[in-house]
Amino acid sequence: MSAGPLSPEARSDKFGAAEEGGIVRCDACPVLCRIRPGRAGACSRYANEDGRLVRTDPVVLLHKAVDEGGKLVAFETGEWDGAPLDPARTFVTGIGSGTTYPDYKPAPFIVSAEHEGVDTVTVVTEGIFSYCGVKVKIDTDRHLGPERAAVRVGGEEVGHVTTAEYGSQMLSVGGVRHLTGGSKKEGNTTCDALLRLCSGEAVAMSIDGGHEVVVQAGRAPVVDGKPESRMRVGCGSATVGIFAKQWLGQADEVVVVDDHITGVLTEHQAGRVLGMRPAGVRVRGRRSTPGRYFQVANPGVGWGGTDIEDPLSVIERIDPAVAWPGLRLLMTSTTGEHALWCVLDEALRPVPAGMPEAVRKVVERIGENCEPSLCTVLFMAGAGGSLRAGVTENPVLLTRSVAAGETRVTMGGAPVYLWPGGGITVMADVLRLPKNAFGSVPTPAIVAPIEFTMPRGLYARLGGHMEDVVAIGDILRDVAPGARVGAWNADNPWPMGRPRPPAG
Amino acid sequence: MQALGGGRLHLQHGPIDVVLRAWGARDAVAGAYEAAVVRFRTVLRELVEELPELRKAMDDGPRVEGAVAKRMVAACLPHGGVFVTPMAAVAGAVADEVLAAMTGAATLDKAFVNDGGDVAVHLAAGEKMAVGLAADFSEGPVPAIDGRALLRSGDGIGGVATSGRQGRSFSFGIADSVTVLARDAAGADAAATLVANAVDLPGHLAVRRAPARALDPDSDLGDRPVTVAIGPLARDEVAAALAGGRCRAEAMRASGLIRGAALTLRGETVVIGDGRCLSPRRAERGLTR
Repeated sequence: MSAGPLSPEARSDKFGAAEEGGIVRCDACPVLCRIRPGRAGACSRYANEDGRLVRTDPVVLLHKAVDEGGKLVAFETGEWDGAPLDPARTFVTGIGSGTTYPDYKPAPFIVSAEHEGVDTVTVVTEGIFSYCGVKVKIDTDRHLGPERAAVRVGGEEVGHVTTAEYGSQMLSVGGVRHLTGGSKKEGNTTCDALLRLCSGEAVAMSIDGGHEVVVQAGRAPVVDGKPESRMRVGCGSATVGIFAKQWLGQADEVVVVDDHITGVLTEHQAGRVLGMRPAGVRVRGRRSTPGRYFQVANPGVGWGGTDIEDPLSVIERIDPAVAWPGLRLLMTSTTGEHALWCVLDEALRPVPAGMPEAVRKVVERIGENCEPSLCTVLFMAGAGGSLRAGVTENPVLLTRSVAAGETRVTMGGAPVYLWPGGGITVMADVLRLPKNAFGSVPTPAIVAPIEFTMPRGLYARLGGHMEDVVAIGDILRDVAPGARVGAWNADNPWPMGRPRPPAG
Repeated sequence: MQALGGGRLHLQHGPIDVVLRAWGARDAVAGAYEAAVVRFRTVLRELVEELPELRKAMDDGPRVEGAVAKRMVAACLPHGGVFVTPMAAVAGAVADEVLAAMTGAATLDKAFVNDGGDVAVHLAAGEKMAVGLAADFSEGPVPAIDGRALLRSGDGIGGVATSGRQGRSFSFGIADSVTVLARDAAGADAAATLVANAVDLPGHLAVRRAPARALDPDSDLGDRPVTVAIGPLARDEVAAALAGGRCRAEAMRASGLIRGAALTLRGETVVIGDGRCLSPRRAERGLTR
């Protein structure tokens, strides 16, 4: 029997641990069966053969080796048609690769390949992350809850509201203190919520002193049962500031209705700088600074996040000493979804009229400048711990090499942002990983794929497990036939530099 | 997780292997499959957390919190007086739990969840389903389909479970297989385990036994002797062993715990209960699954 690194013996060693009396403990799943010699574990897939953990069926071994060795991702769009995979265009990800325990065992797959004439090694594993969580950006100006308020799922505290960003509310969910620092229920709820968020599923959360929000990566948030659509271009005041010049000469007054700050053009600094004549249109609410009004109405689902259906109702009065018959008034919302054009009659009453084309273009431009409201989920975790021992015998060298940019870190092939400073703390957009990339263990902790790619010479210098390096060609030959093969996400940079163009 | 032919879905985690299928509107089926995947994801983790309690004898009063674990305990609770641990119902309870997630998420015409031979079945009004019974081990370790159960909506059968020496678990008895029809899969699973234990020839020299822990150091059966191998048996011995099992099964049926059962040993089959549901069909022998 072959004793190569892909041999059953070598692979079995990675997943089992010998105990007294010839018993082998199988680490392949959370049951952790202790298997006596000549017997199989609860799954019948793993057995103890002469004190060594083996797969019971060579055909299944091949299949399982793929389960363990991960998803082979061809650098092509479209599904794999079964044609031979080009080693130069195939990347083995850590998804489903399993993890080795104790940590000093070499990672499940250490793959060598030649890329642009450089021998490259990719260490493929799945990390068990106790220190991990997600940062959620929710594109809405709606008040979700006060900063620092607890975020709950099923009543359990799983995170908190953190500093709001421009046009977005931010949540921090997960982290070690919720996963393992609280009650068992809190930990399991947190782990489950993280897993669902990372898997692109919808998670309903409630915020103490705030609202209910349903978050799903890549989808619009649903706040108190109402889906958001457009992110507003800015508050009413900002909208006045952005478009003031484009309205000059087209309208005599513009009121941008907004639940946060309603803007009135001629009174606003922008209108004054343009030398616009005061129009005498007074809106309701509390004046913050000239042309900027708080609380013109109540929050709601009408114009600009207010409860207003008739925009003229925000007008408190029109000053006869200032306004004039024929004054052209535009009322619009911060997303351009609502707009009304009026002309004052002899009694200075606003009378709806057909909107001139030039004005309509500017209103449409407000809409064009609104981005779709989305939830985005970044997975954040620290890989600076014992996981590194599966990569190299001298873990700090890996940390330094990653920090120096010599070793590229990917998660399921997706690029990561490496936080500067100590350790290997990374963030990745969960939507850039392939489907079903995340898992969990009972700890509770999240399991996520992680790959370290570097030149072969560097891997040797880092104290890498050189005897466990396997050529990509061998992996494709031995493991690919049953592997999950997926298309490379074209938005992700190729981890090994530019691939050769497809032959033929 | 992988899609199988015939619109079936295969879910596997550690020792749990589930094949399921739902029928209904396309959206409903998709919703049910998604619910099954989500529910399945944490099932093994939940069970492993409570494993020490789930390995306790029912007489020792295992205390559990998880939904699947509670189904296991509930299924074993009515079987007072004999040694049994909640693990006797683990496969059926997982099947019931996944099926409940599916039917809770969508309105389905019918559905099944097959966890390694223990099947939870949902049938809306007017629906029926034929379940093949692979129970004849007389010609080798791969069983022939030698019977089938025809289930109809309204017949009160939501679970079909098979237990015996040829399965993955240990048995105190010698039955090749015992298939039970019951209200749910967990109940059928527990009953099948206990009926299979009762198909026995105590003290017979041809039956070799070993303490369970000598085979599996963590077995819930402790040092109780489990069947390892069976030598030649005379026809009347086979009949006597089956009679022991039939007695246990009839008692369960009389108390409403099961609806029917089929017991097989050395090619001999005994059927009790609803004959309309369970029909051994010799003609299909030789078909493998």
